[in-house]
Amino acid sequence: MSEAKKTKTRTIAVDMIARVEGEGALRVTVKDGVVQDVELRIFEPPRFFEAFLVGRHYDEVPDIVARICGICPVAYQMSAVHALEQIFAVRVEGALRDLRRMIYCGEWIESHTLHVYMLHAPDFLGYASAIAMAKDHPGILIRGLRLKKAGNALMTLLGGRSVHPISVKVGGFSRVPLRRELEGLKEELLWARDAAVETVRWVAGFDYPDFAQDYTFVALHPSDEYPFNEGPIQSSGGVNISAAEFEQHFREEQAPYSTALQCRLNGASYLVGPLARVNFNHDHLSPLGKQVLADTGLSLPLCNPFHAIIARSVEILYAIEETLRIIDSYEPPPCPSVPVTVRAGTGMACTEAPRGILYHRYRVDGDGLIREAKIVPPTSQNQRRIEEDLRAYMPRVLDLSNEQAALGCEKVIRCYDPCISCATHFLKLDILRDG
Amino acid sequence: MSQPKDHGKPGRPKMAVFKFASCDGCQLSILNLEDDLLALGQALDIAYFPEASSDMREGPYDIALVEGSITTPEDARRILSVRKQAPLLITIGACATAGGIQALRNWGDVEAFKRVVYPSPQYIQSLSTSTPISEHVRVDFELWGCPIDKEQLLRVITDLLAGVQPRLPTHSVCIECKRRGNVCVMVAKGIPCLGPVTRTGCGAICPSMGRDCYGCFGPAEGAHEGPGLPPNTASLAKEFHQGLQLIPIEVLRRFRGINGSVRPFREESQAWEQKDRAG
Repeated sequence: MSEAKKTKTRTIAVDMIARVEGEGALRVTVKDGVVQDVELRIFEPPRFFEAFLVGRHYDEVPDIVARICGICPVAYQMSAVHALEQIFAVRVEGALRDLRRMIYCGEWIESHTLHVYMLHAPDFLGYASAIAMAKDHPGILIRGLRLKKAGNALMTLLGGRSVHPISVKVGGFSRVPLRRELEGLKEELLWARDAAVETVRWVAGFDYPDFAQDYTFVALHPSDEYPFNEGPIQSSGGVNISAAEFEQHFREEQAPYSTALQCRLNGASYLVGPLARVNFNHDHLSPLGKQVLADTGLSLPLCNPFHAIIARSVEILYAIEETLRIIDSYEPPPCPSVPVTVRAGTGMACTEAPRGILYHRYRVDGDGLIREAKIVPPTSQNQRRIEEDLRAYMPRVLDLSNEQAALGCEKVIRCYDPCISCATHFLKLDILRDG
Repeated sequence: MSQPKDHGKPGRPKMAVFKFASCDGCQLSILNLEDDLLALGQALDIAYFPEASSDMREGPYDIALVEGSITTPEDARRILSVRKQAPLLITIGACATAGGIQALRNWGDVEAFKRVVYPSPQYIQSLSTSTPISEHVRVDFELWGCPIDKEQLLRVITDLLAGVQPRLPTHSVCIECKRRGNVCVMVAKGIPCLGPVTRTGCGAICPSMGRDCYGCFGPAEGAHEGPGLPPNTASLAKEFHQGLQLIPIEVLRRFRGINGSVRPFREESQAWEQKDRAG
């Protein structure tokens, strides 16, 4: 580089981050070889969901919130129905509870496989896209597409379709599957289980940069099962709270360069998603899952963001095994949903979306109308942490051309499977009444 | 509508996928074409699809698929440039075709939302309306649905590649439901179903699973462009009110949903808004 000591400012920019859901850009400024600012800029237009939920009837909420994200609609439906059921003191148990876990499994399989095979693996293998990758590795992509299809088939059976399923409601479902319909999925799921084991082995063989970070992990951590819809929110820093206490610890802030709000835990960044979940809940994996994870040779906790693709693959396997377990024990419930008696109140719930914890709070009046809504999606929680990772990663790419440095930064961002569509649509509606 | 051309270069037609305000679900429907995705990648040169590929080539393209509605001044400018880059522009889904669920803002005060809601509203650029692509540029073909039906998308692309004018059915969900032999949820259970006035395309999945249709595919034939008469929303609304005892604001909410901004649904919800105000 130049020997002259004069001040030199350099900007590394990614105008459109590829292979993520939604639209974002990155801007890094470097002065005299020192990173000054790192801005993950989200320019998705705001869609004001929390605003137009107000005044809607509670039974419309699952259909509306699904539209926040086409990739993880079940997560939005699950957080919503659990928060609303809190208010109405409805308990969804037994086979209905199992079916909710199962439709969530379908979403994890679909969303994780999409990311592992189509959005993230091309980074490790040096391709621009999965379709480009297919020229040299057709068998691998065909395996990925078939695995993803197995997840979609599960969502379609339980939810009518995989994008914006229609059967989830407060109290249960509008229809539950017959035993033989679930049995019909088994053969493909048994294939998928083997494919998921192969997936973990495949991604474990990628070259990973040595980039362990000091994270505060946050995930649901039930005592007896891998988390989907329930469990206390725990942090590796010792926080252990219920969803009702979420807003006492987690706060959203607005950055001037972004339409997404950033969430912090007691003022600091933290990480949610597959890495955090595996670190907290690996004891709840099946014997096969534990073995496959051990075979990767990685020691826990996983602290390298690039290893998220491995955690995601382990969770694909878990979701398939959990579905098979539920199918084998399934007895159709007497009714597809339990009765609901409307009453006024406020309810909160946190569930594990594919990308991490998703918090919802609703206030409902005596007529069952929504008076207030608040939603905190996983990507707005990870956003601050992504920026900090980028800051730590920058020294490794500063000697490269701007184009190569930007490519390196994009790879860090993609580790998080950020869902920018989700992150951007949220407003602090709790203060709207002041207007 | 013309057949895709190659801009003088040999090889496959170039396709681009653009995103505006949306949830990504319709783009995901493209990737959900699992069995046909690789064939699609062979039949078309996917030249711009940021959600799926970091290989982003500049236009012109032969086909532009557009997801999402127009909600910001910048996007209102960007869609003009998209239009110039492709002779064929196809909207995919309720947002691009009808303004989407975020068009519910059209009845709210967005400036007030922004001012009170964001700590620093000056950084938020947002129009007061969410509008379909067709209010900004000429659209060659519209795919309805929230989300689109991936088979319909495949059908339209296949037709275009074969030089055939694509046509999709525009009859109501009600007819689809009868074909499937479903018991009518409105007649049998008294559930206010939008199936009689909603366009087919989803496979009547909601009544098939024991619940009401909520209008994802927009109004049935004649709603937006010919042929046929607009669906008889007034008659259905009257049945909701008189037959099923919905109060006016409940009738309003039925029509003001995923496709609430499209004329037949918009006018019906506004009629019931007046009744609600008249008390």
